[in-house]
Amino acid sequence: MSTPTPTAAPTPGSTAHELTHGRRENRLFETLCAVSTWSTFAVLVILIVSVSYRAWGWLDWQFLTSFDSRKPERAGILAGLLGSCWMIVITIMFSVPVGVGAAVYLEEYATDNLLTRIIRTNLANLAGVPSIVYGILGLTVFVRMFGLFGEQGLFHIEGIPLWGDAVIPLPFGRTVISGALSLSLLILPVIIVAAQEALRAVPPSLRHASLALGATRWQTIRHQVLPSALPGIMTGVILAISRAFGETAPLVMIGAMTFVRFAPGKITSLQVVFDDPASLVRAPFDTFTVIPIQIFNWVRQAKSEFQHVAAAGIVVLLVVLLVLNGLAIYVRHRSQKNLRW
Amino acid sequence: MSSMLNAFSDLVKTRDGQSDSESATPDQRTTKIETNGLDFYYGDQQALFDISMTIPERAVTALIGPSGCGKSTFLRTLNRMNDIIEGTRLTGQVLLEGIDIYAPAIDVVALRKKVGMVFQKSTPFPKSIFDNIAYGPRIAGLRDRRKLTEIVESSLKRAALWDEVKDRINESAMALSGGQQQRLCIARALATSPDVLLMDEPASALDPASTARVEDLIFELKENYTIVIVTHNMQQAARVSDTTAFFFQGRLIEVGDTRQLFTNPKQKQTEDYITGRFG
Repeated sequence: MSTPTPTAAPTPGSTAHELTHGRRENRLFETLCAVSTWSTFAVLVILIVSVSYRAWGWLDWQFLTSFDSRKPERAGILAGLLGSCWMIVITIMFSVPVGVGAAVYLEEYATDNLLTRIIRTNLANLAGVPSIVYGILGLTVFVRMFGLFGEQGLFHIEGIPLWGDAVIPLPFGRTVISGALSLSLLILPVIIVAAQEALRAVPPSLRHASLALGATRWQTIRHQVLPSALPGIMTGVILAISRAFGETAPLVMIGAMTFVRFAPGKITSLQVVFDDPASLVRAPFDTFTVIPIQIFNWVRQAKSEFQHVAAAGIVVLLVVLLVLNGLAIYVRHRSQKNLRW
Repeated sequence: MSSMLNAFSDLVKTRDGQSDSESATPDQRTTKIETNGLDFYYGDQQALFDISMTIPERAVTALIGPSGCGKSTFLRTLNRMNDIIEGTRLTGQVLLEGIDIYAPAIDVVALRKKVGMVFQKSTPFPKSIFDNIAYGPRIAGLRDRRKLTEIVESSLKRAALWDEVKDRINESAMALSGGQQQRLCIARALATSPDVLLMDEPASALDPASTARVEDLIFELKENYTIVIVTHNMQQAARVSDTTAFFFQGRLIEVGDTRQLFTNPKQKQTEDYITGRFG
């Protein structure tokens, strides 16, 4: 007896229909999912190939080590690269401790009352606020400091002397620190929400076991909760930092320069730091530019050669982001290995 | 009815050295913990009603009763683990060696070192076996590696786990079997050298062989520790305990010598429960 192979579409209600139509539906859905995955991938490949093609021949050592120039063949990314690095480091220094601290407070300490409930629900809303709004906020709070200082302000001081000839300017003005603080505000909600999720995923039994052994709340958080939540927190931080790195709008608002021919604190090599350590302190209070703004500026130029310069800048931005993510994934992997699940 | 009770009396006889064969009767033993008129509330809901009982030193006290009867809640009042839950309230007294542990001057952290706890679900930390056991002493401030090693070894030996794990002390505790993990948790609780060990259904998630090992361990530990154990399993209560307390709907119905309670319960409700009429 040969097995009947249904060639024509089986009539609905027949056994053949029942046995086959579910499979077709399944195949159809699988195909749809595959199409969405591959189309995303295709866009990425097209982007990388076209950008690399245009950057070819322009992305060289000279491009990485020179400042911007009116002449496309002499323009370089150095100011943006160093500016971006300075800003991201300071952003991390502010946003990670504050973000993780806030998440720990909300999840581990805060009692459930109206105020904490309002804070919890609005954190997610804050994460959705357009970045330009944070730019305006940064401009008012950090760049101008509500006009409290200076000639027309309440306090007639120019700044706080720090170390050597380094001075904290008041208000901060259009400096690295203003940009970093604005970006910190921008990514704080993302970090807090991610860290909260990670803390919530730590089983309560772990906390109870630790407390029952006579650990204080802080010891429990420090030795059990945070190590277990660290990989999840790291993931959130990676995503947030990547976002901050490519962010342009709030920095335009803050007033990051578009044509900069120096690095923050004039630090272009380690030699400068050895010769004048105070430059490290000066750098955060220096004017700056970042890679995305530099790219934005080149794209706007009339000379068509600048399109190639912009493409080279995009490649640098992508590579730096990849390196940053790779580093963070490695750190996350390491912290996961310390947990002996 | 009497035949069922006799079945339990057989179980009660399975161990030497339990309750009746000891010289001291429950009344003559030193009291370790005493509760007076203990009421406990989760928010508006009262979970414990006027519990007054004594827990003898260096003996096993079993708390039995149907689910939701308050036995676990009562256990957790003894080391103030209920404090962690928001909105709970307690009135009455819990005296540990005559000291009110709910007095304002009491340091909860110090109390929990003295009154250790083992949970129903074994909860090894995602660390090595060594770090698991050393956790309690370490957070108490002990840094001396040699002393820590001594404590780890003696705790594991007392928890009858040393021979099984001595060659992989630096491997993850998560790789141990369920029964080994539970004994690890017992060892971890012993490492802070408590006087009292509270156990919340320590064997309910274990296979029969592991359960037997844990029960043997409990029986050995009562030489040095006061043990309070919550269990669903009445045979287990009969096998390991000297004193048994029966809880029902948040009230202490009956407490007494295990053998007496299982063979000749004074209350009708106790009899109904242990003969399987309900719960």
